[in-house]
Amino acid sequence: MATTTATATATRSPVKKTIFATLFYILSTALVVFWLMPIVIAVFTSVKSMDEIMSNQKMWAVPKVWIWENFSIAWNKVGMSRYVLNTFIITLPSVVGTLLVSSLSAYALAFYKFRFNRTILILFVSGMLIPFQMLLIPVFRLSDTLGVRNSYLGVILFHVAFQLGFCTFFLRNFMKQIPFSLVEAPRIDGASDFMIYRRIILPLSISSMAALGVLEFTWIWNDLLWSLILLQSDSLKPITLGLANMQGEFISNYNMTAAGSIIAAAAPLGIFLIFQRYFIEGLTVGAEKG
Amino acid sequence: MTKPKKGWWVPWAFLALPLALYLFWVIMPIFQSLAFSFTKRDSIFYPAGATWVGLKNFARLFQDSQFIVALVNNFYWLILFVLVPVPLGLFIAMLFNNSYPGERIYKTLFYLPMTLSFAVIGTIWAWIYSPDFGALNGFLHVIGLDSLARPWLGDRRYMTFALIFVGVWRQVPYVMILYLAGLKGVPGELVEAAMIDGASWGQRFRHVVIPMLAPATVVAMTISIIDSLRAFDIIYVMTNTKARAAEVLASYMYSSAFAYQDFGYGSAIAVIQFIITLGFIMVYVNNQLKNELER
Repeated sequence: MATTTATATATRSPVKKTIFATLFYILSTALVVFWLMPIVIAVFTSVKSMDEIMSNQKMWAVPKVWIWENFSIAWNKVGMSRYVLNTFIITLPSVVGTLLVSSLSAYALAFYKFRFNRTILILFVSGMLIPFQMLLIPVFRLSDTLGVRNSYLGVILFHVAFQLGFCTFFLRNFMKQIPFSLVEAPRIDGASDFMIYRRIILPLSISSMAALGVLEFTWIWNDLLWSLILLQSDSLKPITLGLANMQGEFISNYNMTAAGSIIAAAAPLGIFLIFQRYFIEGLTVGAEKG
Repeated sequence: MTKPKKGWWVPWAFLALPLALYLFWVIMPIFQSLAFSFTKRDSIFYPAGATWVGLKNFARLFQDSQFIVALVNNFYWLILFVLVPVPLGLFIAMLFNNSYPGERIYKTLFYLPMTLSFAVIGTIWAWIYSPDFGALNGFLHVIGLDSLARPWLGDRRYMTFALIFVGVWRQVPYVMILYLAGLKGVPGELVEAAMIDGASWGQRFRHVVIPMLAPATVVAMTISIIDSLRAFDIIYVMTNTKARAAEVLASYMYSSAFAYQDFGYGSAIAVIQFIITLGFIMVYVNNQLKNELER
């Protein structure tokens, strides 16, 4: 990428170069400002008073007074704190669970030759894309039979199982790049298959699993449908559902719903800004090969 | 890869737990939903009485005007999810794929919508579209286009497109990421060689860059189509699935099954949604495995 641009710019005259640079900055800035306007509006609205919102139709106007108290009201009185806690209780075990379990299947698919290896891989890869509606009723019934419906565990079990598709695919691709001699040598020395997985492959895969974990965290954190189906008690619901309920209850309190949405977005946003590179690595599987 | 020396069962021992979870929560439900679609059942619970009705649910679907509305709306979602994010994502990727100082900040900012949940996105856009205090009508007022102001989510003619626009807003950054990754695979020498041969910018783009981006385009298109067919959260958050004119297959399945307790019929809708998606899933999987399996 860098070489392309470097050669391209080298052949241009200095005047042309300046024009191109100026164009780039003007166009890019305009685009980003336009695209992020909804987010800017959300931030501004969250700190405005209702009077200011009602008196000025320009939602994008900078607040006259910044009322940070809106956040503490949303957090305490509207009950956002409970929803955030619930989301953590669902998300963290789901991410850890799916990473651990998928490392087992990825290891089997990456290092062993056996019948159905390819079939199982196809099963995992295609499963991750099926419409959720195809699973809703049976998963509801299964959770009910197992007695985990309307509990954190029911949602966690579903997330762990469903995310195995993408995680197995991602980790298997990573493990395929590990030199096979690292598996073969200890095997000759008499190490068991589980030892090789536990002591060699797992430690080598940690960075890749962390990258995957970042993406999975965001996906599971942002899930709405499965909690909607599997959780009935309000005290168990995650922030996405809390926000949707808030929409109904506080429909006219724009500042409260805005503060609520920023609270709901904070964790995935923070994770993304810190681990951006991992995030993109995970999202672009399959797009970069020429 | 080698055959395990100690026994054929070794890979299966590693696969036992993941496969069991996957079979129970993902694979078996697919077949169960398929079976349910041939039945009439008023209760979701075991052991609920269900009557076999053959293809009746499917016959009913095509006489149900609400199903047709959902199908047509989903078609709009699909078309617009290809026509807008793919070219626009490519254009923005080309724009940001420059080595001017600060390009990374632009990329990072542009990705942001991708990290937000539809619950957050839907909440924000609900007030942007609000008829009285909404930013969109406010903006139209400021630029003197009052006549274009609409109750965007209140008018059946516009609501679907208003919802699709929100989906597109989030999809464009996704497609851009895919293209930026694809552009990394375009070797500089190739573009350079074309330049030395006197190819214009347009020719270089058409004959060098576009063919090299084919894998990224396949991924971007199939993923966008599959996402358009899965659209649910936006509709749930922004209309509470009560705006029947904005219904798509996913939301109609949800309301049929979980609001109207018509579980056989709901399953039939899911089956139709699944069949439409399946072809695109196969294209995607084929493309992915072509890249991955032979390594």
